[in-house]
Amino acid sequence: MLSDKDRIFTNLYGFQPWSLAAAKKRGDWDDTKAILDKGRDWIISEVKESGLRGRGGAGFPTGLKWSFMPKQSDGKPSYLVVNADEGEPGTCKDRDIIRHDPHKLIEGCLVAGFAMGATAAYIYIRGEFRAEADVLEAAIAESYAAGLIGKNACGSGYDFDVYVHRGAGAYICGEETALIESLEGKKGQPRLKPPFPANMGLYGRPTTVNNVESIAVAPTIVRRGAKWFAGLGRPNNTGTKVFCISGHVNKPCNVEEEMGIPLKELIEKHAGGVRGGWDNLLAIIPGGSSVPLLPKSICDEVLMDFDSLRAVQSGLGTAAVIVMDKSTDIVRAIARLSKFYKHESCGQCTPCREGTGWMWRVMERLVEGRAEKSEIDTLLEVSKQIEGHTICALGDAAAWPIQGLMRHFRPEVERRIDAYKASAGKTQAA
Amino acid sequence: MPKLTVDGIEVEVPAGATVLQACEAAGAEVPRFCYHERLSIAGNCRMCLVEMEKSPKPVASCAMPAGDGMVIRTNTPAVKKAREGVMEFLLINHPLDCPICDQGGECDLQDQSVAYGAGQSRFLENKRAVEEKYMGPLIKTVMTRCIHCTRCIRFSKEIAGVPELGALGRGEHMEVTTYLEQTLHSEVSGNVIDLCPVGALTSRPYAFTARSWELKKTETIDVMDAVGGNIRVDARGNEVMRILPRVNEAVNEEWISDKTRFVYDGLKRRRLDRPYVRKAGKLTEATWAEAFDAIAKKLKGMAGDKTAAIAGDLQDVESVYALRLLMDSLGSPHRDCRQDGAKLDVTTRAGYLFNSGIAGIDEADACLLIGVNPRHEATSINLRLRARSRRGGFAIANVGPALDLTYKVDELGNDPKLLSAIASGAHPFAEVLKKAAKPMLIVGQGALARADGAGVLAAAREIADKLGLIKDGWNGFNVLHTAAARVGALDVGFVPQKGGRDVAGILDGAKSGAIEAVFLLGADEINSDPLKDAFVVYLGTHGDEGVRHADVILPAAAYTEKPGTYVNTEGRVQRGLKAVFAPGDAREDWTILRALSDALGKTLPFDNLNELRAKLCSEVPHLAVIDEKPAAPWGKFGTAGALEPTPFALAVSDYYRTNPICRASCILATVKDAMSGDKTEATGTHG
Amino acid sequence: MSVHVIATGESFAFTPENEAWAKTQLAKYPSERKASAVMPLLTRAQEQRGGWLTKEAIEYVADYLAMPYIRVLEVASFYTMYNLKPVGRHVIEVCTTTPCWLRGSDEIVKACKKTLGIGLGETTPDGEFTLLEVECAGACVNAPVAVHNGAYYEDLTADSATKIIEALKRGEAPKPGPQIDRQTSAPVGGPTTLKATTGGNA
Repeated sequence: MLSDKDRIFTNLYGFQPWSLAAAKKRGDWDDTKAILDKGRDWIISEVKESGLRGRGGAGFPTGLKWSFMPKQSDGKPSYLVVNADEGEPGTCKDRDIIRHDPHKLIEGCLVAGFAMGATAAYIYIRGEFRAEADVLEAAIAESYAAGLIGKNACGSGYDFDVYVHRGAGAYICGEETALIESLEGKKGQPRLKPPFPANMGLYGRPTTVNNVESIAVAPTIVRRGAKWFAGLGRPNNTGTKVFCISGHVNKPCNVEEEMGIPLKELIEKHAGGVRGGWDNLLAIIPGGSSVPLLPKSICDEVLMDFDSLRAVQSGLGTAAVIVMDKSTDIVRAIARLSKFYKHESCGQCTPCREGTGWMWRVMERLVEGRAEKSEIDTLLEVSKQIEGHTICALGDAAAWPIQGLMRHFRPEVERRIDAYKASAGKTQAA
Repeated sequence: MPKLTVDGIEVEVPAGATVLQACEAAGAEVPRFCYHERLSIAGNCRMCLVEMEKSPKPVASCAMPAGDGMVIRTNTPAVKKAREGVMEFLLINHPLDCPICDQGGECDLQDQSVAYGAGQSRFLENKRAVEEKYMGPLIKTVMTRCIHCTRCIRFSKEIAGVPELGALGRGEHMEVTTYLEQTLHSEVSGNVIDLCPVGALTSRPYAFTARSWELKKTETIDVMDAVGGNIRVDARGNEVMRILPRVNEAVNEEWISDKTRFVYDGLKRRRLDRPYVRKAGKLTEATWAEAFDAIAKKLKGMAGDKTAAIAGDLQDVESVYALRLLMDSLGSPHRDCRQDGAKLDVTTRAGYLFNSGIAGIDEADACLLIGVNPRHEATSINLRLRARSRRGGFAIANVGPALDLTYKVDELGNDPKLLSAIASGAHPFAEVLKKAAKPMLIVGQGALARADGAGVLAAAREIADKLGLIKDGWNGFNVLHTAAARVGALDVGFVPQKGGRDVAGILDGAKSGAIEAVFLLGADEINSDPLKDAFVVYLGTHGDEGVRHADVILPAAAYTEKPGTYVNTEGRVQRGLKAVFAPGDAREDWTILRALSDALGKTLPFDNLNELRAKLCSEVPHLAVIDEKPAAPWGKFGTAGALEPTPFALAVSDYYRTNPICRASCILATVKDAMSGDKTEATGTHG
Repeated sequence: MSVHVIATGESFAFTPENEAWAKTQLAKYPSERKASAVMPLLTRAQEQRGGWLTKEAIEYVADYLAMPYIRVLEVASFYTMYNLKPVGRHVIEVCTTTPCWLRGSDEIVKACKKTLGIGLGETTPDGEFTLLEVECAGACVNAPVAVHNGAYYEDLTADSATKIIEALKRGEAPKPGPQIDRQTSAPVGGPTTLKATTGGNA
C-alpha cells in the first residue's frame, strides 16, 4: 500500500481548507519560480521520465504530449486546456481535486503551461459542478492576488493567465476536440483529426488538452523528481492514481493509491470490501463506464494499471471501479449504460447517432429476454459496425460495455430469452 | 505534390488534396453523402471510409489529407463491410417511402443502397419520425428522411452567407431546421434542394408534379440576369417542370438563384399566344397575316426616321440583330437597348464589360463597388465575392447605398463625389487599390442610369487608369449589367446611330410626334405612357408593360422556347437551346422579324438560323467563339463630366419582379411575400 | 423531445449586475472570439429568467455576442442544462446512471415521485417543483445522488430524499452533501489513508 508520504493529494477529502494558505502548508506553490527557472525542456523531460500517462482515460504519455507543442512561439497565443468535464460514469476524482486541492491544479497549469509555451490555460469544468467551480474561481483569484499567476507569474517573468469555463451538460465535451468546440461557443461536436490540437486547437492555435489529475500531479512530480514518481507502480504504469470505488462495496470512496495495486486489495483495503464479501462479487467495471466489465474470476487477480487491464480486454480508463455484487441485474446495468451513450451521442456521425439508439433498444429488450438469441450476434455486429468507424471514441465507448457483457455473461442473456419464451408460452397456453 | 497508391495504382495529387480526391484521381469510386467539393469538410456520414496502411481503423477519406507514400485500399472486404455498416445505420431510421418521394430516381441514398444496402432490415425497433420543418414557399421538407449530412447547413453558412439553418438537439434527436422555422432569407436557398442527397429537402413547387426519369433535359442559358448562368431545363411534353443549375466553373459554378430556378411557372402565365391588332381602340385577336398587314399599312410611306426600336432585356442576340437589320433597311437611326438609360459607351468593348471576368474575382485582392448591389443584380457574382471575402485579404468598399451583401463591406458613403476623391488619391481607399496586386471595381447600372452617368463612367475609368486596375494580364474595370441581352445588343450595335435617339429620346419623340412608329422587342422595363399616341408594335412573350399601348402584338418565344445566343456581363458568348415549343401561335423572334421584313418589302437576307448566325458572326466575329470570354483590349471611351451630389439609386429595387417572366410567376410572388413576412434581424453579416 | 419548440415570454435584458458580470466573462476570451462566452451568458440568462430560456433571452444573448440566432439556439438545445420549456422554482434532478442505479436510485426516483406527486420530466401543478432524470452527475462514490438547483445531495435513501423535499416545500434549505455521517468522498467511518491530516474528524 502506498504510504501517506507518497500521496500527492493530501487534502483529497477536504479535511483541511482548500485556501492558498492551507495549500502552501501542504507544499503547494513552494518556490515555483525555481521550477520554472529550470526551463521548459527540463520540465518536459522530467515529466517524460516520470512515466506519467494521461489520467483522463486514454493514458497517452503526458510529457510526450506536451512536447508536441511548438518549440518556438510565433508571437501569437497558444493554450493549455484543462479537461475538468468529468462525466464518465463511475468517475468523481477531479471533483475532489478541484474542490479540495484546487491550488495543485492551478500551480500545475502554470508549470505545464510554461513547459509547453502556452500563454493561458482554460479550465473547462462541467456545468453541474457549480460549487466546485466556485471554489476553483476563488482559488484562482487568490493566486492572482498573490502574484502566482497573471503577469510575471511567481516572479518568473512569465505571463500566464488561468480562466475557468463552465460547461452546460454534455458528456461529449470530455472529448478533447469537442471540448475545444464548446469552448469556442459551439455545440460540443468532436473535430476531425488531423489537424491535431497541438497544431490547430482552440481558436486555431496550438493547444494541449490535459485531464485535471494529469496537470495537478505535475508540480509534485517535478518537485520530488521523475525518479520518485517512476519508482511507484510498475514499468510503463508508474506513479499514483486517484481511484473511485463505487457500487456494491461497503464503503464507496475515492482514494489515491499506487498504480498496479491489485483490484481486490484496492477494494478490500479502502472500500470496506464487496457487499456480502468477495465471493458475493459478480463483476466489476474497472475504469469507468466505457471499458468492458470483468467477471469475478478476472477480478480476483488483476492489477489496476493500463497494461494489466488491457491484457484482460478491458482498460484502466479513468480508474473508476464500479463494483457489482451477485444481486445485480447485470444486463440492466449495461443497458443503463447504453441509454447513457445514446443520450450523450452528439449526433454528428452516422454510426454513433443511429447505432447507439439501436443498441440501447435491443438491450432494453434483452433485459426482459424479449428477443431472439440470434439478436445477440446482431447486436455484437452492430457494436462492431460502430466501433472504429466514428470521428471520436464515444462510439467505441458505447460498443465496449456491450461487447464485455456478451463476452462474459452471454449465458445469462440467453437464459432470459429462454425464460421469456417459456413464460410467454405459458401465457398462451393459459 | 504528394504521391500515393490507391488500390495499387500510383497517383500524384496537388498538395492539400484529400485521400478521397486521390481515390477519384486513381479511378476508384468512393461513395459519400456529406462530402461536397464546394463545402467545408464535415466527415460525419462515414460512408467514404477506406483502408489506410498503418492505420488500425478505416479512415474517412474525405477528411484525410493525402500524404506522400500513403497506401490506400478502397476495394477490400473490410472497406465494403464498413460501408455496408454505415448504410445500414442510415437506412434503419430512413423511411421506405421512395415511391412517394420526389428525390426518387436521383437520390444518392437510393443509388448507394443498391451497392451497399442489405436485402432486408435487421432493425426490429420502431423507426424514428421527425416533424416537418417550415422553410418557406420554395423548400419542401420531409425531415424523417434527413440523414444529417449537414450539407444544407454548411451551404447556408458558408456559400449563401445566411446562417439561418442549423441542427438542434443532439444524438438521435438532432434535427435540421431554420431558426424558429422561418423562411430562409436567401436568394440562393433553392440550392439546398440540389445539395440534399436524399428527399429531405425538395422543391415545394415541383412536388409530386413529375418523376425525374420522364423529363427531357435541355442544357441552356439563364436570362434572369446578365451572368448567363448555365442551367438545365427539365420538361415533360411541352411543359417546363423545373430548372436546375449546370456546372460552369467560370460562370455560376454550380449555383443558381431562386429567381432562375423558380421562374418557370411565369412561362405559363400571362403569355401572348396569338397575334393581336388594335381595332377601334381594342386589342383583338388576329392572324399573323392580319398583323403583318396592319404594320405594313401603317409604315407604308412613313419616313424611316419616324420609326424607332427599343430592344428588351431578355432578348437573344439573333433577334436584336435581326431587328437592327430591319431598322437599317427602314432607314431609322433611332434604336436603343438601354431601357434603363444607362450611359454606356460602346466606343470600346472593354468599356462596357466585366473585364476581370467572373472567375477573376477569385484572384482579386481589393474591390470598389460603385452604385451596385451584386446580391440582387447578379447573385452568382455575389457568391464569388463572398467566397473571395471569406478567404481573407480582400478589401471591399462601397460607394452607394449601404448594403447587406452577406460579407463585410467598408461603407464609404453614398456620395458620387467620393469617386473623384478616390481617383485623385485624396481618399484613403485609393491607397488600398493602388497597393493591391489585382484591384477591381464594379460599377452598376444604377450608377450609370442617371443624368451624370457618363461622368460616373468616366470617373470609374479614371480610378481604373490611375490606381492600377489596368495592368499586364489584368483588367479590373468591371461594368455589371443586369440585363441578359445588354452586352449582346451593344455588341451588335443596337444603340442610336448618327442623329439617332436613345430610349429617352424615342419616348420624347413619340410624345411630341417626331416618332410615329415604335418597335418594342420584348421591351417592358420602360414606362410606355409616352407611346400612347404612337403606333406601337410589341414583339414579346408576356402581357406586361410593353403591350399597354401596343397596336400590334406579335407573340414570341421565351428563352426556354428558342435557340439563342447570349453574351453575359463579362462578354462571354453562350448559346441556349430550345427546351419546349412556344405556346399557341407564338414563334421564335427572328422568324417573326424575317416574316415581317417580307411583309414590309425589306426582306432580311437569311432564311434560317444558320444563315442568320453566319451573317451575324461575319459582322461581329467574336460572337462565333462560343463559351469563351473573348479578349477585350482596353481603349478609349468615356466623356468626363461633373458628378452630381444626388446619391446613387440601385438598378434593382424589386428583386423578384425584374422582368415580365418573373412578374408572371406566382411562385416568386409567394417568395416575396414570405421574405417580407417574417424578416428577422439576423442576416449574413450578423455573425 | 421537440427541440424546435422553445418558450416565448416577455422581453429580456440582463440586470445591471448581470451585465457587469457578462463583461467579466467576455474578458476571458480574445476580443474577436466573443462567441466563447455564449454558454456562461446563457446560463446566467437562464438563472435571471427563473430557470428556463425563452426566445427573447436567446436572441438577447445572440445580439450581445453578435452571433446568428440559430447558432445560439443550437447551443441552447445541445446542452442539457438549458431548459427551453418552463420549469418549477425547484428543479430536482435525480441521477439514474449505473453507479447511482446500483445503489438504489430507483428508490430515490420513486420517493421523489411520491412526495411530489409527479412523474419524471413533469412539473407540479403549482409550478413549484420540476422532477428530472439526469445522466451521471459525477459523484458516484456518494451515490445515489440528486441535485436541487445546483446543490448536490449525496448518499441518499428514499427516506432522506423525501425529507429533503419536504423541507424544500416548507421553504427550508436543507444542507447539501452526504446525507449520512461521512466526510465527502472518504469511506464511511473515516479514511483509510492520510489519517494524520484528517484533523479531529478521523
